Amino acid sequence: MLLASLPLLGLPLAGAATTEAPTQEPGSSGEPPPGLALFRWQWHEVEAPYLVALWILVASLAKIVFHLSRKVTSLVPESCLLILLGLVLGGIVLAVAKKAEYQLEPGTFFLFLLPPIVLDSGYFMPSRLFFDNLGAILTYAVVGTLWNAFTTGAALWGLQQAGLVAPRVQASLLDFLLFGSLISAVDPVAVLAVFEEVHVNDTLFIIVFGESLLNDAVTVVLYKVCNSFVEMGSANVQAADYLKGVASLFVVSLGGAAVGLVFAFLLALTTRFTKRVRIIEPLLVFLLAYAAYLTAEMASLSAILAVTMCGLGCKKYVEANISHKSRTAVKYTMKTLASCAETVIFMLLGISAVDSSKWAWDSGLVLGTLFFILFFRALGVVLQTWVLNQFRLVPLDKIDQVVMSYGGLRGAVAFALVILLDRTKVPAKDYFVATTIVVVFFTVIVQGLTIKPLVKWLKVKRSEHHKPTLNQELHEHTFDHILAAVEDVVGHHGYHYWRDRWEQFDKKYLSQLLMRRSAYRIRDQIWDVYYRLNIRDAISFVDQGGHVLSSTGLTLPSMPSRNSVAETSVTNLLRESGSGACLDLQVIDTVRSVRDREDAAMHHLLCGGLYKPRRRYKASCSRHFISEDAQERQDKEIFQQNMKRRLESFKSTKHNICFNKSKPRPRKTGRKKKDGLANTEATNGKPLRDLGFQDTAAVILTVESEEEEESDSSETEKEDDEGIIFVARATSEVLQEGKVSGSLEVCPSPRIIPPSPTCAEKELPWKSGQGDLAVYVSSETTKIVPVDMQAGWNQSISSLESLASPPCTQAPTMSRLPPCPLAAEEPQPPFDLPYDPRPSFAFPPSLAKAGRSRSESSADIPQQQELQPLMGHEDRTHLSPRTANSHWCIQFNKGGRL
Amino acid sequence: MWLSSKKQTKKPPNVQPETSLLRLYHRFRALDRNKKGYLSRVDLQQIGALAVNPLGERIIDSFFPDGNLRVDFPGFVRVLAHFRPVDDDDSGMRDPKQPEPLNSRMNKLRFVFQLYDLDRDGKISRHEMLQVLRLMVGVQVTEEQLESITDRTVQEADEDGDGAVSFLEFTKSLEKMDIEQKMSIRILK
Repeated sequence: MLLASLPLLGLPLAGAATTEAPTQEPGSSGEPPPGLALFRWQWHEVEAPYLVALWILVASLAKIVFHLSRKVTSLVPESCLLILLGLVLGGIVLAVAKKAEYQLEPGTFFLFLLPPIVLDSGYFMPSRLFFDNLGAILTYAVVGTLWNAFTTGAALWGLQQAGLVAPRVQASLLDFLLFGSLISAVDPVAVLAVFEEVHVNDTLFIIVFGESLLNDAVTVVLYKVCNSFVEMGSANVQAADYLKGVASLFVVSLGGAAVGLVFAFLLALTTRFTKRVRIIEPLLVFLLAYAAYLTAEMASLSAILAVTMCGLGCKKYVEANISHKSRTAVKYTMKTLASCAETVIFMLLGISAVDSSKWAWDSGLVLGTLFFILFFRALGVVLQTWVLNQFRLVPLDKIDQVVMSYGGLRGAVAFALVILLDRTKVPAKDYFVATTIVVVFFTVIVQGLTIKPLVKWLKVKRSEHHKPTLNQELHEHTFDHILAAVEDVVGHHGYHYWRDRWEQFDKKYLSQLLMRRSAYRIRDQIWDVYYRLNIRDAISFVDQGGHVLSSTGLTLPSMPSRNSVAETSVTNLLRESGSGACLDLQVIDTVRSVRDREDAAMHHLLCGGLYKPRRRYKASCSRHFISEDAQERQDKEIFQQNMKRRLESFKSTKHNICFNKSKPRPRKTGRKKKDGLANTEATNGKPLRDLGFQDTAAVILTVESEEEEESDSSETEKEDDEGIIFVARATSEVLQEGKVSGSLEVCPSPRIIPPSPTCAEKELPWKSGQGDLAVYVSSETTKIVPVDMQAGWNQSISSLESLASPPCTQAPTMSRLPPCPLAAEEPQPPFDLPYDPRPSFAFPPSLAKAGRSRSESSADIPQQQELQPLMGHEDRTHLSPRTANSHWCIQFNKGGRL
Repeated sequence: MWLSSKKQTKKPPNVQPETSLLRLYHRFRALDRNKKGYLSRVDLQQIGALAVNPLGERIIDSFFPDGNLRVDFPGFVRVLAHFRPVDDDDSGMRDPKQPEPLNSRMNKLRFVFQLYDLDRDGKISRHEMLQVLRLMVGVQVTEEQLESITDRTVQEADEDGDGAVSFLEFTKSLEKMDIEQKMSIRILK
């Protein structure tokens, strides 16, 4: 079996070469019977895609195998392993098929394998860091590459003149320059693969990596110019051609960048209007980026530069526009594609090296090239750094320079370019191929293997990942503004000045144009950090609390050390207790290192565990958009709930306080969603609750809903802040609807919850009944959910703070309540039902228990879960009118329209 | 060098034709419209981009400590000296008895801190934090959200639980940041 499949592996990835495919059709019967074939084996029809899939599969499996052993991967970069694997596979193919079947096809490489990697790196490039170091990056990319190309080419020519290269290598100076131009460029794929595992400090990384991306333009130009010179013959080259060569450098690089930016603009603009079709958002990102690549390639501009700029330029706006889910989808798809392409590239590199028919070995040339690229790279780096340091605020020290010189890895780009050479025009092509392979292998394997120990030995500053804090974010903004201001005062229009200018321009025009209004509102970096912090806290709290709180009943690890509760902001607690869960997706963003993978795994694990209780509903939601959203909300809600509960219990146990208000309130945020979900999904037909309830609720709500009549449907999203809105509107409408249409199921939601459910139930019909609504909901989901959580969190935090003050009875608690205590209480009386946990309430013991137990064990009754949320829900509705800011009003209106 | 020159700013600046100092002096003269020998608030406010800068007003204020209405060239330079890059050699060789140079990490931080601490009580109160955040965050965030951000920010840095951020707490919250780098401008070297 294995043997049989091996030749297949040897097939070219591109379907182009299918002709030479092994004619292996194990199952095919020689001659098809005249009648109906019961079984037909059609290998040829699926051959090409099948092989591609097999290739990728093999590569992925190999990756898995490599990572089975932590030791191996920590010592040997994955790229090395893959190349070695490729060598082995290639050897087997050679042995079996008697000829080398496969090699890395330049066409495949440039059109399919390279773009994902470049897009990935451009899109996830830390843009601030990149622009902060843009000067250095450009210098190294342009000057450095030119320098490397010319010196290497010239030195090799000199070597030949000195007679150290065998005379059978027939190459002129131009040939050597051509070779120099393709061998001199640092390769983004190789650099990324190695540096990602090394974790040098950010500045160093961005310089090396940025250089490898941006030097593409130079490489392409040099290669093309030299190539055409070679083809014209050196005698025919005129002075004008040299000038054109120089000019084309600008055309290719600036043109490529321009193409990229244009597509970035288009992409951002397009995503602005995808609110109703969230599903295609990720696709758009990939399509337009790929279109940018192809367009640049078509115009023979620098395609790599185009994609890099496209990714870099669009990210901010796209991320703001697309939904949360799409963001995750984009992230993972991009990472998957990139790592897939990278894996395949390295493996194919190994395999193609086996093909000795393309080789022609000349020791002088090989050794000379190896020496020269290392030597001139180092020399170039030192010289450029010396110049750059005159202008840099933070000079690059010697250690940095060593790493930069040593990190100049060559890779698949060089290989693909050398394969592209025309043997009739470049007689020494075979020698060049062999040399390139050796150089690539040497840099990837030898340098890749040694760079980690080297970095350790030199004590290069490593990158340190610390979690962002609000303070840091805020102060960083302050610094930026201060520096910009100081530059103004000093009258020097430097980097900070222009950055400030750009930001203002961006804020005033670009963002307005490219971000949907709702997104624009929410998009603020400080707010962003705040938001993320809260989410992370919530999640890790659940994680940690799940073990600690339930088992020990209230002792967080950090507890003993604290004497005053005042400091118990959740964050602090979490931070100090050092919960192991790192749920920050950000982490996945930046690196694919082992550690991060583990984090990711942890994340998934957590998610799985946490969401479980709700999962059972999933089957019932067939609708694409809505159901998903609902699910998401539910999940989030559960988080929130659990956390709240824990917090509460924690507090109360600690202080023996009863927390009436704080508890219900946080929940309410989640509630509304839940309700909606419950309704939509609830399969269990529960008895309807009393109409009386609904009426009361309806009345209350109506008032609110009236207030908000101006809302824009377009603004739906912005309202995410308050979940309340939905509920309120829903109720009023629902009432009407429910009465009118008997078909509506008012009470899908759990029966158990008497009072509050009313609102929720009403919502239900609304949601499920109207198609439009569904759309809205889906679009909002992403944003809404988080916001809710935030709100909940804020409250919980504030409640915690309030706790800080002496342990107290109810009265104090109430006074502490966030903005809207009064509002909350008023509505109560009507709702005060046995189960209602709300305002004055002390959680009914049974309920509380149920909730707790539920949190502890995932196997609880769904109904119980819903109970609590619903109750919270009510609070929301009541609260909202009072607390209401303009946002809420708007939201309500929407509901009305619907 | 700059350090010494800064201390000697009492002398007419042209005596020490240090390039950046000279440049600052030219700038000073340019800003000083009426050739009155000092700068007033208005002079600085005329710098167009400063008006757009959310912290512009506060930075101008920092040029006029203690309610002064004018700043002379030494004062002008002294403020800007906060933004000199830190020289590595400096720190090692500095005479411990000498006061810390203005561009030390602490002084840079203190400068920032004073931008926040409007009432100069040595603490960034919740209210002060809120004001800063309001400047920085822009319109799109609602007042309520702003409040919660403020709460959290203060809480995050506040270690002794007094609901305000002292200078010590402030420096701690920025402990991991490369202040020397982030609060420096190259041309002031």
